[in-house]
Amino acid sequence: MADKKELAVSALRYGTVIDHIPSRSLFKAVRLLGLEDFPTAVTVGNNLPSERLGTKGIIKVADTIFDPAVINRIAIIAPTAVVNVIDDYAVVSKEAVSLPDEIIDLVRCTNPKCVSCHEPMRSRFRVVSREPVTLRCCYCEHEYSGDKIELK
Amino acid sequence: MMKKQSIVSIDNLSKQEILSLLEDAAWFEQHPNHKILDGKVIATLFFEPSTRTRLSFETAVNRLGGRIIGFSDPAATSTSKGETLKDTIKMVSNYVDLIVMRHYLEGAAQYATEVTDVPIINAGDGAHQHPSQTMLDLYSIYKTQGRLDDITVTMVGDLKYGRTVHSLLQALSHFRVKFNFVACDELRMPREFITFCKENHIDFTESTDFSEEVINNSDIIYMTRVQRERFADLAEYDRVKDLYTLHNAMLDGSRENVRILHPLPRVNEINVDVDDNPKAYYFQQAKNGLFARQAMICKCLGINPKQNN
Repeated sequence: MADKKELAVSALRYGTVIDHIPSRSLFKAVRLLGLEDFPTAVTVGNNLPSERLGTKGIIKVADTIFDPAVINRIAIIAPTAVVNVIDDYAVVSKEAVSLPDEIIDLVRCTNPKCVSCHEPMRSRFRVVSREPVTLRCCYCEHEYSGDKIELK
Repeated sequence: MMKKQSIVSIDNLSKQEILSLLEDAAWFEQHPNHKILDGKVIATLFFEPSTRTRLSFETAVNRLGGRIIGFSDPAATSTSKGETLKDTIKMVSNYVDLIVMRHYLEGAAQYATEVTDVPIINAGDGAHQHPSQTMLDLYSIYKTQGRLDDITVTMVGDLKYGRTVHSLLQALSHFRVKFNFVACDELRMPREFITFCKENHIDFTESTDFSEEVINNSDIIYMTRVQRERFADLAEYDRVKDLYTLHNAMLDGSRENVRILHPLPRVNEINVDVDDNPKAYYFQQAKNGLFARQAMICKCLGINPKQNN
């Protein structure tokens, strides 16, 4: 019966399942991965029960294996997320997302006096803490964590 | 020839590099007109006016025999027509060996280093960094105390917004320095710098009272301006504004070697009756900026002044 509940969303033959996304970060994760314009089947579920998180979000993307550099983007807003690679309905790998040392052009510095808000340039942040995730702007050195992290 | 490099922040410099710059500054004080920059062109790009800093840099270049191009009023440049900072830096880079720049936006100098191979000296980027001010502060302390280790530095006034005290604290963390932080609650040293002190095992005290005891146990008293616009409650400003004013009589029991520093301009935080006290050092401090900047210019150009003597 438990299996049947799992399959209620949709079974994936080949592709990627991103699980354990905090509910409030789910749609940010969708944006960060560029799924709004994705050509293959994308299934998004939110507010599902989770022992670890209370409620969680889940994303299933058919026929796609993401480049680690792309998938790890979501560690910025969902450091608890786990990426499952599915082949022929079976999980062939299961890995936690890992935050890179530097985040380029994904996050906005909200300091109105920062040069990155005024020039046509890429934003750049260094990860100064992973728990909680804290980013420091490489230009003005302002630090952001939690809800203060704004995606571009 | 030494490697060329930019100086955007005092953090870019190691302890050894700081000591080497101080030695060079001392050398330039003895040889201020050493024509070592013959054939070099240096740009001073001031996207916001700062007459004091610009004159100091331009004097440094002139005394070293270099030539200067640049502007002190961006209203007269293409910036006012909407040219990006990147384009201005790239255009000027075609002409010069070094760019000294001041900008109202934080991180502007760091960004400039990313769009050009010409070395950049940050002459102030908004409320962020101003490493040549820190170097002249360090040189003033080094020169008056003969060392940077085993001294007590008291910082007074606006320790919250004053970037000079934050940068000086970071630079002095390479040395054995004890700090006294004297400020009202509104303007106390930010928590991140208190944490920095703890993590780096730096000895410090915090107090709201600019007391005789603190003054009499200091080797350096670094005064800063308490600015009215920093206060949400003007009654609070009126209450504290004179608590952090230094008068000559307050120095009666102070150490012989103590020196009073201030990044200038001062308003009323140092009474004019201190000016004639030999312990007042803020005007010489500004003069030391010339030698500190000569040393920084040569470092950024990869020139060892003593080898080119």
